[in-house]
Formats: sequence, C-alpha cells, structure tokens
Amino acid sequence: MKGVIHPVETARARWEREVLEPALAKAPERQGPFTTISGRAIDRLYTAADVAGVDSASDIGHPGEYPYVRGIHPTGYRGKLWTMRQFAGFGTPEETNQRYKDLIAAGGTGLSVAFDLPTLMGRDPDHPLCLGEVGKCGVNITSLADMERLFDGIPLADITTSMTINSPAPMIFAMYLVVAEKQGADWTKISGTIQNDILKEFIAQKEYIFPPRPSMRLITDIFAFCAREVPKWNTISVSGYHIREAGSTSLQELAFTLRDGLEYVRYGVDAGLDVDDFVPRISFFFNSHSDFFEEIAKYRAARKLWADAMRHRFGAKNPRSWQLRFHTQTAGVSLTAQQPYNNVVRTALQALAAVLGGTNSLHTNSLDEALALPTKETATIALRTQQIIAHESGVTNVVDPLGGSYFVETLTRDMEEGTLKYWETIDRMGGMVEAIELGYPQKEVAEASYQFQQAVERREKIIVGVNDFVQADEKPIEILYIDDTTADTQLARLADLRRTRDNDRVRRALDGLRQAARGRDNTMPPLLECVRAYATVGEMCDALREVWGEYEEVPVI
Amino acid sequence: MSQKIRVVIAKPGLDGHDRGAKVIARALRDAGMEVIYTGLRQTPEQIVSAALQEDADVIGLSILSGAHMHICPRVVELLKEKGLDDVQVVVGGIIPDQDVPKLNALGIKGIFIPGTPMQEIVDFINGNARARV
Repeated sequence: MKGVIHPVETARARWEREVLEPALAKAPERQGPFTTISGRAIDRLYTAADVAGVDSASDIGHPGEYPYVRGIHPTGYRGKLWTMRQFAGFGTPEETNQRYKDLIAAGGTGLSVAFDLPTLMGRDPDHPLCLGEVGKCGVNITSLADMERLFDGIPLADITTSMTINSPAPMIFAMYLVVAEKQGADWTKISGTIQNDILKEFIAQKEYIFPPRPSMRLITDIFAFCAREVPKWNTISVSGYHIREAGSTSLQELAFTLRDGLEYVRYGVDAGLDVDDFVPRISFFFNSHSDFFEEIAKYRAARKLWADAMRHRFGAKNPRSWQLRFHTQTAGVSLTAQQPYNNVVRTALQALAAVLGGTNSLHTNSLDEALALPTKETATIALRTQQIIAHESGVTNVVDPLGGSYFVETLTRDMEEGTLKYWETIDRMGGMVEAIELGYPQKEVAEASYQFQQAVERREKIIVGVNDFVQADEKPIEILYIDDTTADTQLARLADLRRTRDNDRVRRALDGLRQAARGRDNTMPPLLECVRAYATVGEMCDALREVWGEYEEVPVI
Repeated sequence: MSQKIRVVIAKPGLDGHDRGAKVIARALRDAGMEVIYTGLRQTPEQIVSAALQEDADVIGLSILSGAHMHICPRVVELLKEKGLDDVQVVVGGIIPDQDVPKLNALGIKGIFIPGTPMQEIVDFINGNARARV
C-alpha cells in the first residue's frame, strides 16, 4: 500500500492483528453498550491518533493562561485547595444558623444557603400556596429580621457566602448587604455569590416569577450595582446543575449553561456595561454526575469555551474575564433511596471527578438525600469525603493530572465541538431568551431525560440497588424529619412584624420600587430601602408582580 | 374493547422539579393510558377540578418538597366532597417511611419513591384504577 501511514496507526494495526483479535476470539467483550451515562459511544482504546489534530501548545496550553483548559491557577491545588462549601438550610433561621456554626467548626470554609420554596418563589408564609412548604426544603426568610437571625454571630466580613436564590435574588442580596452593614462590614470587601440565574429556571428548575425580559433586567441591574458598590461579589452563578438534574446529558448541560452565560453578557453589554467591568464577577455552577471521564472533560472544555467566547465573541481584554470559575455539586439525582450507604461511594467518585476537572469549590451530597434533607451526621460524612480527597488521595499534588490523556483530551475536544453546534442552533433562534420562549432547551432536556429512564428500564444502564443487586430486606435509616413548628413560628413572626414596623415607611419604599420597575432606574437602591423598612420578600415580589406580571409556562412532556 | 384509563398527573405546591412528573406522564401514555399533565403549582382544588373535568380514573401527584402530608389529605377530602371517591390517588416523590401508613390510611395505596421502575407504576394503575363502564 502506498502513501504515508502515521506510525502510531501502524503500531495500532499491528496490535489489533497480533494481540487484540486473538484475545477477542478467545474471550469476546461484554455485551455493552459501551456508552457514557449521556449515551455517547466510547471506543475500546484511545491513542495518539485520536488527538493528532489537537495542538498541545495552543489547544491545551498550560494552567493559569489562555485557553485555561488545564485550570485557571498556575499552581492548581498546590496553591489553594477548593472551597469546601456545603449547601445547607432548613426550618427556622436559628436552626440553620446552628448548622452553619457546626459546619464551620468541622472545617467547612464557606457557607451556602438553601432557602425554602416560599422564599424561592417570593411568597410570604401566609400565602395559600405555601401550605406545608415553610422551612421544608431550606430555611425560611421572610424579612430582614430573619436574615439577622440567620447570620447571628457569623462575621460576614470574614466568610464568603453563596446564596441559592434566583427570582428573589435582588431582595435576598439586599438583605445580606444590610446585615453586613449592621455588622460594620465594608461592602467593598465582602464576597460571596448569589445564584441569580433565571435562564436555567425557565429551562429546568422552574422557580421563576416574572417573565424572561424583566427578569433579565433585574440581573443587569445587579451587575451594574455591584460593579460600583460591591466589587468582589459574584453577581451570578450560571448553573448547569439544575439542567443536568432535570435530565439533560453532560453535553447539553455544558452547552446550555455556557450559552446562558453568553446571554447574560450580551444583556449586560446591551445595558451599557463594559465587558471587563462585570464579566470577571460571573461564575458558574456545574453538576458532577456518575460518568467519571465525561465529567472531567466537561469542566476542561468549559474553561476553553468560555475563554474563547469572552476573548473573541465579546472582545474582553482582561484575563479575569476569560477565566471560568466554577462551583460543583455532586449529582443529587444519582443518589438512590435504596441501600443509601452506597451513596457515599457515588458521591466520593463524583467529587473526585470535579477535583480532577479543577473545580474552584465543591458541595458533596449526603447519603440520605434521596430520602430527606441531611442529618448533622450525614452532612459531616459528606464534608469528610472532600477532606479525604484533599488530604489523603494525593490528587492535589499535581495540576490537571489527566491532561494529555488520549481519552480525556478526545472527550474534551468532542465536548467543545458539540457545544459549538448547540450554540449555532440557539444563535439561529436569536439567543437563549428566544430559544426558551420557543421551548427548545426544555424539549431537549425532556427528551434526554426520557431516553435515560428508558435505558434504565431496559437495564442498559445499571443503577446498583435499583435495577440490579437489589436487596429485599433493607432496614430504614434515621432521617431528618421537619415538622410544622417552623411554619407556626414564621407565621407568628410575620404577624408580629406587620404590627410593629413602620408601615408608612414600608408603603413608601414599595412605591419607590414600583416606580423604578416601571422606569429604567436601577432597582437595587429602592430594594435596599424596602429591606431596611422590613418589607417582606412577598411584598417586594408582589410589588414587581403588579408591574411585570407572572410567567406561566406551556409544559413540554 | 375497553376504554383507556384516564390519568391526571399533577405537580402541587410550590416546587418546580418536574422531571419525575413528565417522565411518568410519558411512560403512562406509552403504556396506552390517556394522560393529562396539569403543569406546575396546582392547588388541591385545581387538581380535583381537573380530575372532574377530565373524567379521570387516577390522579398522580408528584411531590418532592415534603408538603405531601398537607396536600394529599386535602386532595382526598375534596374528591369525597365531589363524590369522586372512586378516583384512585397515587403519589410519587420523596416520601419518608413514617408517612406511608398515614397515607395508606387515607386510602392512598400507590406510593412510589425514587428508583421505582416505571413498569411497577403502570402495573399498579392497571390493577387498581376504577373500572370503566
């Protein structure tokens, strides 16, 4: 045969003939399918031929410099470990405050607030839809008074706090700022994160209040406000976590999340902001699911895609705008109610993938989370899992240990190419807001979720303890049971607040908020006044509902 | 030929996590049932009214938020008020063991926690839905 044959291919052909084929003749491979959890086919072996098109200098590069595939810090975790940030919240502000103090005492290095559904949906506890929901999935925060209880004895100048709040993010953020102010902390020095990512709510988690466009305006108001007043605050945590939990593939999680990020940048630019003034404060939040290498590739590709898009699509000059920083949470949806102790192992593997992918902060789930919110004991095991990875496994000694792996580099490149294809489709629709209005990402996720469920039903995908290795006589474990006393407490406090506060001041403050919403003034200053007057989350959201209306989706099955 | 079983799948309460509700809606449809999905944030009143209008044989409630002990009794009570006692109520979601007997006592026998095979739910509904005449 004529022509140049790559030496690696020659060697591979020889290996296939001399070693592989006789081995297969004797012992065929398992049935398969050999696919990732996202359904991507995986070859038997990856070699240098697979990455022949990848330029190790320009496509992979070195850590701490463009395109950041190998991480944003030149020293990886040798410099600083990731932040061990355990998401927690339940019941009354006092109960959650105690859990935070326990987590800090156990070596946790950042707080992460879980709010209950009434707070997330901007409803006060006395609203009829809040029946049975107060304090159940997180802590209930009705007014500034609750926020003061939540952070009592926790110095906000010294700790960073992440708050998982979206539609009412501006209200909760305003409360945090006022608590910090009362503690004497300087706004220009405090740091933390608000999730503030409404696009993934429309796509996946569905905790939206207002229609997409006014929701985007609230977000650009926060960008502008923080650039001036709270420069170290992470104004948004663009989240793939929930998209993945809703059933997307790994690639869809990556593509939709980063495309959401581009949408926020575009809206910020359209609102008159300079890219380099607000993009460095945009952070990301990804899922770490069970398919180990696919997840690692996702994180590595994410950094490159973002760096490229910021540099070339938006012309960002500041390297901090190019650097994608992200938090990771292990996949709640992968946890099983059956044989729950197995979840410790699942979580450890997922956490390891996040670390090998270079996560900047991490939440590890507790073993009982398919059953309830975690107990103090299970939450501690989850934190210990991270500490074992950090201090015992040795993986933190070296930067990006999987860089250069034929397999991982191939997956990373495929993630990048697949994402660019999704972006083209969404760009053709006019952007992510338009794509959401058309139901496009919602349909994609629903379809992937159903396909996965079918694969589980057919036992093409094995879930230990669920569709294989099932145990008939399982003993129930102790779980955290949240009773209804939280609702009683919060309802009594709300009634008391409405009686004792200066209601004229509240009315004036809410009028100021409505006026800003109707016009173009930044909504943060009037929200801060509402918060200082002890207006409730429900009252502030209702004022905006009056101006903007509420969003209702057409469900896609 | 027997008529198709009619199922209303509903998401009560404030929670928006609808993956389970949507997957089960599609699985029941693929199993030959007539499925009506209410969408998010339905009150017990809206759900029972949908069941009445749709002449449902089964109501499937998807609840992950911990509000089930408030929502389920109310749905059962409203069904009784409307004379729809024979509509089978099933619940899927995060339901602690200790609540199962209480739900059983309300007449709710189909309680499906995470990891339940779709076929088990299909079989349960086929075996327990009210007979259509």
